[in-house]
Amino acid sequence: MSGGERAEFKNPVVSWIDERLPVFSLMQKEYGTFPTPKNFNYFWNFGAIATVMLVLMIVTGIVLAMHYTPHADHAFGSVERIMRDVNWGWLLRYLHMNGAAFFFIAVYIHIFRGMYYGSYKKPRELLWIFGVLIFVLMMAAAFMGYVLPWSQMGGWAATVITSLFSAIPFIGEDLLHFLWGGFSVDNPTLNRFFSLHYLLPFVICAVVFLHVWALHVTGSNNPVGVEPKGKQDTLPFHPYYTAKDTFGLAVFLLFFAAVSFYTPNIFAHPAHFVEFNPMVTPPHIVPEWYFLPFYAILKAVTFDIGIPFTDVVFVSAKLGGVIAMFGAVFLLFFLPWLDNHPVKSARYRPLYKKALLLLVVAVLALGWAGAQLPEGLPVLVGQIGTAYYFAFFLIILPWLSKNEKALALPKSISAAVLEENKSKAQTTTGTAT
Amino acid sequence: MFKFISALFCLFVLTVAVPVYASGDAEKPPQQEWGSNGILGTYDRAALQRGYKVYSQVCASCHSMERASYRNLADLGYSAQEVKAIAAEYTVVDGPDDEGEMFERPALPSDNFVSPFANRQAAMYANNGAFPPDMSLLVKARAGGADYIYALLTGYDEPPHGDELLDGQYWNKYMPGHVLAMAPPIADGMVAYEDGSPETLHQYSMDVSHFLAWVSEPHMEARKRTGLKAFLFLLVFAFVMYGVKKKVWADIH
Repeated sequence: MSGGERAEFKNPVVSWIDERLPVFSLMQKEYGTFPTPKNFNYFWNFGAIATVMLVLMIVTGIVLAMHYTPHADHAFGSVERIMRDVNWGWLLRYLHMNGAAFFFIAVYIHIFRGMYYGSYKKPRELLWIFGVLIFVLMMAAAFMGYVLPWSQMGGWAATVITSLFSAIPFIGEDLLHFLWGGFSVDNPTLNRFFSLHYLLPFVICAVVFLHVWALHVTGSNNPVGVEPKGKQDTLPFHPYYTAKDTFGLAVFLLFFAAVSFYTPNIFAHPAHFVEFNPMVTPPHIVPEWYFLPFYAILKAVTFDIGIPFTDVVFVSAKLGGVIAMFGAVFLLFFLPWLDNHPVKSARYRPLYKKALLLLVVAVLALGWAGAQLPEGLPVLVGQIGTAYYFAFFLIILPWLSKNEKALALPKSISAAVLEENKSKAQTTTGTAT
Repeated sequence: MFKFISALFCLFVLTVAVPVYASGDAEKPPQQEWGSNGILGTYDRAALQRGYKVYSQVCASCHSMERASYRNLADLGYSAQEVKAIAAEYTVVDGPDDEGEMFERPALPSDNFVSPFANRQAAMYANNGAFPPDMSLLVKARAGGADYIYALLTGYDEPPHGDELLDGQYWNKYMPGHVLAMAPPIADGMVAYEDGSPETLHQYSMDVSHFLAWVSEPHMEARKRTGLKAFLFLLVFAFVMYGVKKKVWADIH
């Protein structure tokens, strides 16, 4: 971190600090003049949006923690005190609650953009892996946050999800009691969930730092998927992308504000407003909507795996579901090697594009199936969706890598932009005449 | 492609976010016209006061409301003196005093609503084994919200032919599973209104549902007012940033 080249600053104070610790040079290099491909579309806003949501979650979360009591007897009541008696407490809580949902919306779009334009491919494999790691940490943090209000839904979600670990052969039961800190979901469980829920966001910040660092080494991918070949293909990050990101952020926040202020409980199940009672099981336990596709994968394995026509079972349905669910997330780490087709952008890979859009349909269908009671049609939809999910990563991607003939790539980003402008101009004059 | 994805997303939100009516055979409660609906909806103070009257004279004999305090009643339009008088009608156990003894005193506005039973077990023992739920969050804790409460209060009926009810069971069109342990709690003329509003089951049910909506979301009005300001600010900000973006990018396009 010796700094390398330093920029010139007119302000003597800035200059004085920069000579001793070149933070201003760093900011100027990484966020001022940083060469960024000039052809980004609005999909490229969601990284910045996700960062803002992370900061919002941490700020609201820290203030909420000042008023929250992580004790089984007081947690639900303290959340209600925040909603009723703490000044602007309702605002903090609704921003935090819905902020989690919108953080996931931003991140899911960000992940989709990475997959659509091949942003995980060489030389950005490590960048992608850090991204998946952030996603996994977010899921852990969000799950624990769901439990903290100590509601019927939160407490029972904790019971269901932690119980999955009991499916692990030999050590499952012991591991479960270790996680709970007792023999059921109780006060020790709530205490450790609160502790970890406060810790994880800062771990996420650290991985975000690595994610952004790796991005600034390789530079951004772009919609064409052809690397910039020189100055004519890039723009300085500021003011071009600072302006564009801020506009995109404002539009995103409009949706966020509309939900947080006008339908703040749209994502919350009625059982979230009843205090946790370990003696009364709610009729239907569901996780937050952003986990539903994975929950559906968990429920899709309804059969034991063993030697047919005998009683020998190698993998019980429960363990199979657990493996499938965690496997579905884990697979994402290997995406750069499952798909090693030389062309990045789906724009020039018609077959990959179709397969990926079908994956989006499959994940949404899984999300629907995850919210339903596990009987009849939802189970079938869940199984078909799960089958396609795994087929996409394990069969379709490797096969396409070898066999898909890509369309002709443009020579450079500039060439692609010129061509796009030309065809746009033609269609507009065409409609005008 | 954007359209395709956003359409799919909307579909997803609609299917997932629509509350699950756990029991398929219960009828969906019809939607009522509440003053609190809409972007600038407010609670109707007169209806809230009538609703509180119904709650305190009828519901409160079994249902607690432990997360609200008497001082919150000022939101209903009662003066500080009136709130003090209402609180003083109830007795709370306080202490220990200087001699280490617990003592009883009239409730103060700062006290939480006094519960009808000492604990869950006592409540269940007095109610045939059924637990009358706390009402502070009832509207948010039921799919359908205030519409459901109104529908339940007015949805008692004779069981359809073939359904046998045990002693202490009642049949309701809107209850998931149809059978509940609560007898029809209100009927025409049970509570006297001073403002000339009709003393009917319909009016009582509307008023008490409105009151329960308030108690489960007391800051709804402030939330909607703040929301409008936040939304308008963001709208202007987005337009300004759109202009800035256009201007910055003018030499590129």
